[in-house]
Amino acid sequence: MLQRLINFFCSLRLTVVFLCLAGLLVFIGTVAQVDEGLYQAQNRYFRSLLIWWTPKGTDWKLPIFPGGYFIGGVLLVNLLSAHVQRFKFTPKKIPIFVIHAGIILLLVGQFTTDLGQVESHLRLTEGEAKNFSENGRDSELAVIDASSIEFDEVVVIPESRLAADKEIRHEKLPFTIRVKKYLPNSRLARRAPMAETEPPPATQGVGQRLTLSAMPLTAKMDERNVPSAVLEIMNGSESLGTWLVSDLLDETQPVTVGGKTLQIALRLTRYYKPYSVELLKFTHEKYKGTDTPKNFASRVRLQRLDSKEDRPVDISMNNPLRYGGETYYQAGFDDKNSRVTILQVVRNPSWLIPYISCVLVGLGLTGQFLMHLIGFALKRRTK
Amino acid sequence: MKKWLPWMLTAVFAAWILSALAPKKEKEFHTREFGKLPVLLNGRIQPFDSVARNSLLQLRAKQSIALDGGKTLTAIEWLLEVMMKPEAADARKSFRIDHPELLGLLKLPENEKHFSFNQLKPGFQEMEKQGRRIGAIDPAHRTPFEKQLTKLHAGLTIYNRLKNSLRPESSDDYARDLAKYQKAIGPGVVAVRAQSAKEEYDKPAFDLLLGFLEQYNFVKEVALPLVVPPADPEKSRDDWVNAGLSLMDAARNESGISPAMTHYAAMTSAYRQNKPAEFNAAVEEYRQWLRQKFLPELSKGKWEFFFNDFAPFYKTTVIYVFALVLVLVSLLTFSEWLRRSTWNLVMLAWMIHTFGLIFRMVLEGRPPVTNLYSSAIFIGWGAVLLGLILEKVYPIGIGLLTATVAGFTTQIIAHNLAIDGDTMEMMRAVLDTNFWLATHVVVVTLGYAATFVAGLLAIIYVFLGVFTPLLAQKLTRRGAAAISATVGLAVGPGASIADAKKLSPDVGQTEVGKALGKMVYGIICFATLFSFVGTVLGGIWADQSWGRFWGWDPKENGALLIVIWNVAILHARWGGMIKERGLMNMAIFGNIVTAFSWFGVNMLGIGLHSYGFMDSAFKWLMLFAGSQLLVIALGLLPLSLWKSFRGGGGAAPKPSGDAKPKPGPPVRSAAGV
Repeated sequence: MLQRLINFFCSLRLTVVFLCLAGLLVFIGTVAQVDEGLYQAQNRYFRSLLIWWTPKGTDWKLPIFPGGYFIGGVLLVNLLSAHVQRFKFTPKKIPIFVIHAGIILLLVGQFTTDLGQVESHLRLTEGEAKNFSENGRDSELAVIDASSIEFDEVVVIPESRLAADKEIRHEKLPFTIRVKKYLPNSRLARRAPMAETEPPPATQGVGQRLTLSAMPLTAKMDERNVPSAVLEIMNGSESLGTWLVSDLLDETQPVTVGGKTLQIALRLTRYYKPYSVELLKFTHEKYKGTDTPKNFASRVRLQRLDSKEDRPVDISMNNPLRYGGETYYQAGFDDKNSRVTILQVVRNPSWLIPYISCVLVGLGLTGQFLMHLIGFALKRRTK
Repeated sequence: MKKWLPWMLTAVFAAWILSALAPKKEKEFHTREFGKLPVLLNGRIQPFDSVARNSLLQLRAKQSIALDGGKTLTAIEWLLEVMMKPEAADARKSFRIDHPELLGLLKLPENEKHFSFNQLKPGFQEMEKQGRRIGAIDPAHRTPFEKQLTKLHAGLTIYNRLKNSLRPESSDDYARDLAKYQKAIGPGVVAVRAQSAKEEYDKPAFDLLLGFLEQYNFVKEVALPLVVPPADPEKSRDDWVNAGLSLMDAARNESGISPAMTHYAAMTSAYRQNKPAEFNAAVEEYRQWLRQKFLPELSKGKWEFFFNDFAPFYKTTVIYVFALVLVLVSLLTFSEWLRRSTWNLVMLAWMIHTFGLIFRMVLEGRPPVTNLYSSAIFIGWGAVLLGLILEKVYPIGIGLLTATVAGFTTQIIAHNLAIDGDTMEMMRAVLDTNFWLATHVVVVTLGYAATFVAGLLAIIYVFLGVFTPLLAQKLTRRGAAAISATVGLAVGPGASIADAKKLSPDVGQTEVGKALGKMVYGIICFATLFSFVGTVLGGIWADQSWGRFWGWDPKENGALLIVIWNVAILHARWGGMIKERGLMNMAIFGNIVTAFSWFGVNMLGIGLHSYGFMDSAFKWLMLFAGSQLLVIALGLLPLSLWKSFRGGGGAAPKPSGDAKPKPGPPVRSAAGV
């Protein structure tokens, strides 16, 4: 029985079947991007064990196809066990081993990248400095205590908690937060008090002058979801009123509890850094007489208080800055403001793995190819 | 006699190509000389000739206009008319309309395809009305009728802009007008200053200058190519301006009219007054003027003109088609001298193909593949090269068949991709890196080419197997000719016996089918190597420029699909799951995979790689995929229906495709590549 199982996992037949499944998955996952968008399709098809399907009008979840992790995992097990079980090591087999070692590394590398990679962006106007980058996809509720002169103390609550929980407490917070309403995508408008029949969404803060409406979730590449929430702040069992918080609101709103004033805001999730980046100059060139971008480049100032590091750096297309375990890429610009740069910030602890595996596979394939070619040529000559 | 025929045939084609290089004397207007003059358009320096050809392509999908009486109007002649004598150009059939509904809307005869500006004019109001409605629709959701109307509208815009690119349409004697304008600037500027200072001013001088400025301002707004070189080339060589802006600046900066505009005006007046000698002199004077400070631009214009005029890719297409016919005949008649003739011709065509490729690279200052158009040219180039190598190893005509089919089809695809206009457009900032274009793009494109070659060979296998007895024949000493010996047909002359034997020791031992099996297997190995390395290089580029090794972007996925499919084929073969025939059928499916990766993903219209939506190609992609599936179906027919393996010939052995997979360890082919 065990032998049969081992044979099953070693077999080339399994390899071929799962390679075909992988091809099919890549195809489906590519075409699906048209409707679902790149990010969602990635998660659903490639970063998953199984692909689920919900028939219309039901709430069933049926697994209909193996996902990327499933297929990648089976191929990995297949490769490893075949090497252990079947392959005998001879000098002639070295290229084959090297190729497959590279492939194993590539699969593992992609998996660790999926787990460990954090992508965020840094949007700067000329003259502006920031010590954090922002995630373009997730938001967080921040409660800021600015009473200290030296630093702000911030308690952040991830958006997923707002979506899931009814009540949020934290030992550092002097109040309890009740989530009255949470909208993953929303629109705000100025409230016209005469025309509106509905009461305003909040009793406190800027929400009293606005209307809040839900929007369908978007998957388009050039749009993003704007979450909003209505929160009731509770001091013990006493309600202090409700506040409207939204990604669309730039200003923080004050909440006073027991003589202490805290600021609250729903904002893009921030990643703080022990250094700051200031945009000195942004250049955006176009080809003469066209709208085709020719080059864009940001000159930034990198400043670190603890090590007194302070130097200018140029970041341009195909010329990133690697610093502090993160990589800063020139990602984009603002159509409306020519003084704004958008840098992509990627933290990927396993970024080197693909390079190594590529070298391995490239070497192995070339070796194998040359071995055959030489053998073939020799055979022809001797005949 | 037959010994010399291959060379004579090659000589004829070589002579045809060389004749294109001979200097051409122009009798009347030196339009070709005008066509070489440099302008700036699409962000790059190009000759008027390129402006003319690319505009005409966008308007009517051709680079010339056929006139009554068998004459043709070349692109540059057409452009001269449009820019200098639009009243004549308006009567030329410059626009192509195919859609019957659009023809109906514009009340045009439905049995014609090409129409003049004058014919379209009565329909402008209706077009404007429809255009406003269509403008609000997302381009991806437009019907064919709406698309065609949008295209026509875009064509008319180009046409109108070209009309006003050198001069305002109302100007009859441009040289005299500019002389008047020059005189009007001095007193006019004084008058304008006085008027704006609310002082007394010279009304006639004021009006005269403003009259000119009004016209030139219009030219400034609509003119298409930037025709006037920078005033200060030391500062920036990019600061070309259009005719209108240059003339406006003459008054604004009181710098006087740019000599370039004076020369253009002299050409225009001479052309309108039908004075060839004066026109030619003006062109020559302008050239001499450019020579002083704009020599690089002048020679860029000259060389690109030469490239357009020589049309290397058109010439290769003609030869590939001819060679294709020849090799088919040679396969059917087992004629060795025909096969040798084809070899010579394909070599010749491939050399011109290479020449064109390199010439383009030098003109652009770029590696060979920069867009979809150039990828087609390059895939063709690589596939023909692979076909030639195969033919060298197995001189039986099959390599040549592959080469000619691949060369011809990719040129047709390239031709159709060129209809959108300029194929040498500038690279967007993300792609502006010669290093990655030279490595990732070149390698991955060669991977595409190899996969297509394998698929093509497999198709040949199926057709030869089902419809001819050839697959089961043994290769004998004289290549294709020798196959015939075994079936008792005419034998070619012995010219190539020694060569064939030296080159192909398999001769006399292997069947044609087996040989094809080895070819396909070898090419798939090659394709795996190139597509894998190319895909990975793409990942590294992505990591370098936007921080992700792999982003599941459609184009990346497309390349990955090719790798996965090739790897699946190889493992299936090593595992004994497929033999010769299975290999062929899988290789044919590889064509669909590659076509999806090459074109399909661009039709999805998402991701960083997409070059734009190209819906008309979608139909062709589907047809192609369908045709490949049909061939696979043919390949799946029971072997008893295959002419090659019917067993009637007695000697014909069963192909290994029919054998059951052997159990046990994977069977490795001894043949390798």
